[in-house]
Amino acid sequence: MTLFGYRLPAMSSLILWAAVWEIVGLSGWTFFIPPLSEVITTLFSVIGTPAFTKALSQTAYAFGAGVFFAVVIGIPVGILMGKSRIIDELLLPWVNIFLSAPLTALVPVLMVLFGFGMKSIIITTTLFAIWIIILNSRAGVKQINRSLVEMARSFGASPLDAFFKVYFWAALPEILGGVRIGVIRAVKGVIIGQLLISIVGFGALFELYSNNFLMAHFWAVLIVLFALAFSLSEFLGYLERRISYYAASR
Amino acid sequence: MSQTSDAFGKADPIDIDSAVSVRGVSKNYGEVEALRDLSLEFPRGQLTSLLGPSGCGKTTLLKIIAGLIPATAGEIEIDGRKVTGPGPDRAFVFQDFALLPWANVLRNVSFGLELRGVGKSEREAVAEKYIGNVGLSGFEKAYPHELSGGMRQRVGLARALSVDAQVLLLDEPFSAVDEQNRRKFQEDLLALVRNENKTFIFVTHSIEEAVYISDQIAILLPRPSRVSEIIRPTSFRGTKADNIRRSPEYLDIVDQIWASLRNYVE
Ligand SMILES: Nc1ncnc2c1ncn2[C@@H]1O[C@H](COP(=O)(O)OP(=O)(O)O)[C@@H](O)[C@H]1O
Ligand SMILES: [Mg+2]
Repeated sequence: MTLFGYRLPAMSSLILWAAVWEIVGLSGWTFFIPPLSEVITTLFSVIGTPAFTKALSQTAYAFGAGVFFAVVIGIPVGILMGKSRIIDELLLPWVNIFLSAPLTALVPVLMVLFGFGMKSIIITTTLFAIWIIILNSRAGVKQINRSLVEMARSFGASPLDAFFKVYFWAALPEILGGVRIGVIRAVKGVIIGQLLISIVGFGALFELYSNNFLMAHFWAVLIVLFALAFSLSEFLGYLERRISYYAASR
Repeated sequence: MSQTSDAFGKADPIDIDSAVSVRGVSKNYGEVEALRDLSLEFPRGQLTSLLGPSGCGKTTLLKIIAGLIPATAGEIEIDGRKVTGPGPDRAFVFQDFALLPWANVLRNVSFGLELRGVGKSEREAVAEKYIGNVGLSGFEKAYPHELSGGMRQRVGLARALSVDAQVLLLDEPFSAVDEQNRRKFQEDLLALVRNENKTFIFVTHSIEEAVYISDQIAILLPRPSRVSEIIRPTSFRGTKADNIRRSPEYLDIVDQIWASLRNYVE
């Protein structure tokens, strides 16, 4: 973007929005929006507190475990669906249903099944992330150039070799795209799980802040969460660009 | 003049040492009858072209020989052993190159050896040698998308050569390569057939290309697909590459093949 002939650095529009926030906050229009400067100072004071580090580590744990299961189960299932007609026809309707289902409605059921704890939150996170990972891995395998598969076979590749040296790499651009979207959905999953179950992690923290009208605290934690989710997505986007040199020429 | 022997592969098996024998092969894709009772002998150390209009089953026959698809009936023998699947005695060169786009030239050329469990330094030494042979020295670290069509097919050829198979199967390898590169390729292939003691099976739909490079040309006709004619150019095989296209026999054979194929061009 350029303004009066000067090149503005990327994201400089954020400064404008920050100013708007500050002015609205200072005007005292609503208790719900404290000035940004207050939020930022709160942010730095909150970050060191045991309540925050505990919430962060619990969330990170649930998120990490949820994403781990989504990836470790989702990628092989997707690849198998892409390779096998039977498996595909068995599973595809379910994957599509769950992809578009309002999963939030399932969380209470999960709580009944798995209790009001970490286990339910991890499962919620996995459920949010896994479907798109399966679908993308499947799509990645489906678009594989047939002659690449024949090439591997003609040079004597074992099924395992074909899987790890051809299928996986040929589908990697789609797989990574699926993982990136899955991870963003997992952030939603872990927060929704914590909010509904509300006794652990940021769910507990949000509950505490909003019940006591600590809006600056509330926004501070929210900003931290947004920043974390954004960095994660950018990092996966960076990985995708690293392999884009071959994604376009397959 | 050329010796034209009759069809259906009964071309005197006595004086020919066959590396590959195709016996009574049929192939149906559901309703489509791609090949019917096709028999053909491939002399050792020579280049045989499968020539015919597109859709007549050339690729199908080549893939059956490669063991990539099963025949509906009939059998393939290589050095007296029946083909049941892909094997180290055959290497395939693909029409669309089939290179790993995420791997550089060195890894692509050594990929066949990698799949056969040859150690890294050994297979890269072999690959290095064949990269040189096909004229790609200096491009070891390049990726397929950085190469022209002609260079990509040189990679495909080097990969097939480096596994040291006795039979090379080439499916229209030059059809996606520009005219100048194709001519260079054809000359190189002639030298290759002379120097390497391998059997080449070469699919093409170009009459000139087939006559230029072949020791034996099998003309396939469609519906149902069969070998209609086997032609063995004799007089110009020993001459220099530049003189082939001016030899009277070359011109005669091209005309003769065109005469028999023209009925099948809509
Ligand atoms: N996988 C397949 N399924 C159905 N029909 C096929 C398949 N492959 C080839 N065919 C048919 O078999 C015939 C021969 O095909 P092909 O061997 O590719 O011919 P060519 O290589 O001579 O052009 C064609 O009519 C084609 O449509
Ligand atoms: Mg073909």
